[in-house]
Amino acid sequence: MALPAVLFFGLFALVPLLGVLVLSFASWDGLGAPSFVGLDNWFRVLERPQTHSSLMLTMGFVALSYLVQAPVALMLGVFMAGQQRYRAFLSVLFFLPLLFSSVAVGLTFQALLSPNYGISSALPFDWLPAQWLGNPQLALYVVIFVVAWCFVPFHALLYQAGVRQIPATIYEAATIDGAGRVRQFFSITLPQLRYTIITSSTLMLVGSLTYFDLIFVLTQGGPGSATRILPLDMYITGFRNFDMGGASVIAVILVAVGLSLSLLLNKISGSSKMESDKAGL
Amino acid sequence: MMRRTITRAGTTSVAIASLVALSACGGSGGSDGGGGADAWILTGGGWPNIDADFERWNEQAEGDQQISVEDFENDAYKERIRNVVGSGEAPTLIMSWTGGALNDYVEQDRVVDLSEHTGDLEDRVYESVWQNGVVDDSVYAVPLNDVQPVVMYYNQAVFDDAGIDVPTTWSEVEDAIEVFDSEGVTPFSVAGASVWPALMWLQYLTDRHGGEGVFDAVVQGESEAWSNESIIFALEELQTLATDGGFDADTFTGVDAGQNEDARLLADGEAAMLLQGSWVYATVHSDFPEFAESGDFGFTSFPELEDGAGDPSNLVGNPANFWSVSADASEEEQQVATDYISEWLYNDEMVDSLVDSGGLPPLNDIEDELSASDDGDFLSFADEQVAQANHFQLSWDQAVAPEVAQPLMENLENILLGNITPEEFAENMNAYQD
Repeated sequence: MALPAVLFFGLFALVPLLGVLVLSFASWDGLGAPSFVGLDNWFRVLERPQTHSSLMLTMGFVALSYLVQAPVALMLGVFMAGQQRYRAFLSVLFFLPLLFSSVAVGLTFQALLSPNYGISSALPFDWLPAQWLGNPQLALYVVIFVVAWCFVPFHALLYQAGVRQIPATIYEAATIDGAGRVRQFFSITLPQLRYTIITSSTLMLVGSLTYFDLIFVLTQGGPGSATRILPLDMYITGFRNFDMGGASVIAVILVAVGLSLSLLLNKISGSSKMESDKAGL
Repeated sequence: MMRRTITRAGTTSVAIASLVALSACGGSGGSDGGGGADAWILTGGGWPNIDADFERWNEQAEGDQQISVEDFENDAYKERIRNVVGSGEAPTLIMSWTGGALNDYVEQDRVVDLSEHTGDLEDRVYESVWQNGVVDDSVYAVPLNDVQPVVMYYNQAVFDDAGIDVPTTWSEVEDAIEVFDSEGVTPFSVAGASVWPALMWLQYLTDRHGGEGVFDAVVQGESEAWSNESIIFALEELQTLATDGGFDADTFTGVDAGQNEDARLLADGEAAMLLQGSWVYATVHSDFPEFAESGDFGFTSFPELEDGAGDPSNLVGNPANFWSVSADASEEEQQVATDYISEWLYNDEMVDSLVDSGGLPPLNDIEDELSASDDGDFLSFADEQVAQANHFQLSWDQAVAPEVAQPLMENLENILLGNITPEEFAENMNAYQD
C-alpha cells in the first residue's frame, strides 16, 4: 500500500528535483533547447551581488520570523489550552488568519498599508510612517509582521495541543509543592513541550526559508530588492529574466540549505532517539 | 478497522485521480490531431469581447473548424506562454505584445509567415500599429483588439481651484508644479510601486527630447545606446519629478496601479494629472463614476518639449495585442487560424462590441461609429491621436528582448528610489547591448 505514496514522492519530488539539478548545469531561456554549460551558471550566480544580498535577506528573514513567531505562538498556545474566561471566543479570533488564503491576506494588507488610503492616513497619528511597503528600510519588517500574523495561529494550535497533552497531575503536584504559575511554566510546561517546540521550530525555519506567495503578492521583492529573499530571487531569475539555469542553481542551494537545516535541527534536538518525556507517569 | 480501510481507499483513489489528471495535462497541448484550433486569451479589460467573438465564430463553423479558447490572468499568461511555445505545445493562435518576444518566436521559427493570409486587414489597420507585427518585411502577427495609447488625464476642478490651465508644454508643466505645490496638491499621480507607469514617463520624455530614433538604437543592439543624452535627460527629469514636487515624494513609491490607487488620487482631487494607458478611461468610469460624470475628467496628449527633437505627435503605449500562428500546429489547425484572421477578425459585430466597451480598434474606417458611441469624446480623441501619430512606440519592456525587460524595470525602480544615478542606469543597461 506504500506504492502510491512512493510513486507520488518520486513523481512530484524526486523527478523535478533531479530536473532542476540537471538544469543548473545548462543554459536555457525557456525557448529553444537547453545547452550544457558546465559550472558556468554556478560561478555566475555565486558571484552575482543580488545572490549575496538575497542570501543575507533570507537569513535575516528566517531569524527574525522565528524570533517573532516562536514566543508569540508559544504564549498564545499556552493561553488557548487554559481555562480562562473568553478563552474559546478569543481562540477563534486568533485562529482566523489561518483560514484566509495568502493572496487575499496580501491584497488586504496592501490596501491597509497604502500610503494614501491606508491606516496611516486614516489614523490621526503623525508619527505613523506614510510609507510601509514602499519604504526600503521598513518593507522587510512589515513583511515579517504580516507573515507572522498568518502563521502564528498554526503554531499556536500545535502548542495548544501539546499543552493539553501534559497530565494535570504534574501541575497539581507542583502546586502542592508551592510552585507559582511562572515557575510551573518554566519547569513543567516548557520541558514537556520539547517535541512540540522542535516540530514547530522546524516547520517555522524551513517554512520561512522557502516562503514565497505572500511576499510575492505584497511587494514582489521590492521596493528595489529590499524584500527579495532567495525564493523570490529564484522565481524572478527564472520566470522574469528567463534564466532557467541560474534559477535552478538558486533552487538547488535552497534545497541544500533547507535539508541541512532540518537535519541539523533533528540532530541537536536528539529527537531521533525518541525518548519518552512522560517516563515515570 | 473500518476507518482504516476508508483512509486507504481514499488515498488510493486520490492517487489514481491525480495520475489521470497528470496524463490528461500531458495530452492537452497544441496538436491533438482531432481537428480545430485553439487560442489562449486573457481575462479582464476588453477580453470578454474577444471571447464572445470566438463563440460567434464557433457557432457558424464546422466541427473541424472550431477554435477552443482558454483564458489566463495577465501575469500567468506571460510566464506560461514562453514555455509552451518553447516546448512545441503552443496553442494554434499565439497572443503577444509583439516586440522582443515576437522577434524571439520568429528567430526560433515558432510562428508562421502570415504575409499571404491577412486578407484586406492590412489596408484597414493603421500603419503605425500594423508595423509592430512585421519582422524582416514579413507579417508574423496581426492586431486582434483595441489600441492602447498612453494619454494625460486631468482633473479640471483642481486646475480651476489653482487658477491655471492644463499644461501643453514642458515649461508650463514646470510652472504648474510650482503652483500646485504651493496649493498642497500633488501635480502628478504615479503608481511608483508598480514601476511600469513610470516607464511611460521615461518613454515620453525620451521621445520628446530625442525622437523615436533614440530607442530604435537600443532595440537594434547598438552598443552604449542607453547612454544617449535623451535617455539621460529623461532619467534626470524623472528623478527631479520624484524628489522636487512633481510626484508626491512621500508616498508615490507605495502607490499600486493594480488596485487603481493612482486613478483614485486623480478622482479624489488629491492629484491634478495622471499619465496612464487608455484603459484607465474605462476604469475611472467603472470605479469612480461620480468623477467620470462630473465633467471634470479630462484627457490630453503628453506635453510638448520646447527645443525637443521629437515629434510631439508621437505616442507611446501598447499598439494592441497581436495574433501569431504557431508553426508547431498541424496544417489543418494553421488553416483554421489563418481563416479566422483573414475572414473574421474585426468583423462588424466585434468592432461594435469593442467600441461599446470603450475600446478603440486600430482601424481607419470606423470614425463615424466612434463619434456616435457613448464614449465618443474620448474615443475620437484617442483615434485622432493614433491616426496622426508619426510613430507609435511599443512599451519598452515589451520591445526589448524578454530577458532584458526585468533588468530594465529593476533599474528604473532604483532610479525612482534614488538608489542609482542616470549614468549608472545607462551603464547597467548597456551591459545587455550585444
